Amino acid sequence: MRKVYLDHSATTPVRREVAKIVSEYMLDRFGNPSSIHSYGQEAKTALEKARSQVADLINADAAEIIFTSGGTEADNLAIMGVAQANATKGNHIITSAIEHHAVLDTCKELEKEGFEVTFLPVDEDGLVSLEDVKKAIKQETILITIMHANNEVGTIEPIEEIGKLAREHGIIFHTDAVQSLGKVPIDVKEMNIDLLTGSGHKIYGPKGTGFLYVRKGIKLKPRAFGGEQERKRRPGTENLPGIVGLGLAAELAGKEMEEERVNQASLRDKLIKGLRESIPHVRLNGHPHQRIPSNVNVSFAYVEGESLLLSLDACGIAASSGSACTSGTLDPSHVLLAMGLTHEMAHGSVRMTLGKDTTEEDIQYVLDNFPAIVERLRMMSPLYYQRQKESV
Amino acid sequence: MYSEKVMDHFTNPRNVGEVEHANGLGEVGNVVCGDIMRISLLVEDNIIKDVKFRTFGCAAAIATSSMVTEMVKGKTIQEALEISNKAVAEALDGLPPVKMHCSNLAADALHKAIKDYLKTA
Repeated sequence: MRKVYLDHSATTPVRREVAKIVSEYMLDRFGNPSSIHSYGQEAKTALEKARSQVADLINADAAEIIFTSGGTEADNLAIMGVAQANATKGNHIITSAIEHHAVLDTCKELEKEGFEVTFLPVDEDGLVSLEDVKKAIKQETILITIMHANNEVGTIEPIEEIGKLAREHGIIFHTDAVQSLGKVPIDVKEMNIDLLTGSGHKIYGPKGTGFLYVRKGIKLKPRAFGGEQERKRRPGTENLPGIVGLGLAAELAGKEMEEERVNQASLRDKLIKGLRESIPHVRLNGHPHQRIPSNVNVSFAYVEGESLLLSLDACGIAASSGSACTSGTLDPSHVLLAMGLTHEMAHGSVRMTLGKDTTEEDIQYVLDNFPAIVERLRMMSPLYYQRQKESV
Repeated sequence: MYSEKVMDHFTNPRNVGEVEHANGLGEVGNVVCGDIMRISLLVEDNIIKDVKFRTFGCAAAIATSSMVTEMVKGKTIQEALEISNKAVAEALDGLPPVKMHCSNLAADALHKAIKDYLKTA
């Protein structure tokens, strides 16, 4: 049976050249970058090279990159770190209702510590409005944190404009770019970004790697203590094999970005078009154009997402869903509900995220199998039955 | 995540549809939580002659619905009323803990259909 992996927003396979260099820095070049001897110096050189590779991908200076264990830690460090370092200036934070939980839950934690958080709504395409950001700003606002691209629906937020607005008001701007990094161009200088979160395993790098970009001059209170590493902002012996892998993955992502953007966007559009043509009662979730090239998110009326995923999996197709059954909670996706979808449509959502190895044949295979899967589940669905009865 | 029996009933569900000339109908669940189960049955001489289901929901919801129809076909309504959600889950070699509450409602739908029959009989 054909296997088609369409869950690249969850994670990606590590590239062979990356895996090779990671193992090299585990087996042979295992030194501690803090050591004085040649092993340590070799490790230190590799660490700084990786820092430059990551910085280059977002047009930052190498000294502005802090390596972390991943996106979640970087989000926590950014939001907690800025809030606590700037608490004397104000206690208000602006974010959106569709952020990743690494941002949302950190903001909710800060609410318990006395901070006030505004969770901005989004429109039906998942876009934050610049007007809403403007209106939410007040004297006490110290931080705006809005994601670059949404992880579920792929909508790209107007962060350049939000960054500009923040800069004009002297407010610090953080963006979680885990889903856009390596997929669309990012220039922290042009886009007025003060802090940016990135993750390694979404760009064919190792799991457990990530970084936070912190613009020179931004005050940040560390979350951990006990060493000089990462300029004391993230102490602890560096995960050098992972960091070196992240560095190489970042460099390669930058080199291939333009080509991948075009390829994946074309396959994405073929998939969306094909599903719409072959299956009735389908809704595309997320912005029709302003979305990352890899993301397809669609809702099928009258059926539930987990049933769809298991049926797809039985055909060798790996996808994900915003249904409650797949989130481990009783509620469907907070993103889809914030966009105004009904519970039924949120439960019936499927996300397919393409990668650099996705082929035209893969997409055709999905299109060949999908209609029968939806049809089978609809024939079982009392909602569909009701609808058929009413329309007669 | 799911037992083989659950996957079997999900992939090849038994008794899907609507019983013709049904004299009992039960529906439980709602779209907010993501599960709706509808059971129709035909009772004759106190025996469940025919029973069918339609379910909107996850694999557990579909499998439990399918299983409960198999368990009660040919049984008396008293026997059917004694079947619990837990018994249905056990007949499927168990469900993941998180599914025991939200998607394990098939016996409730069945009982509702029987009560509907008893009300009109």
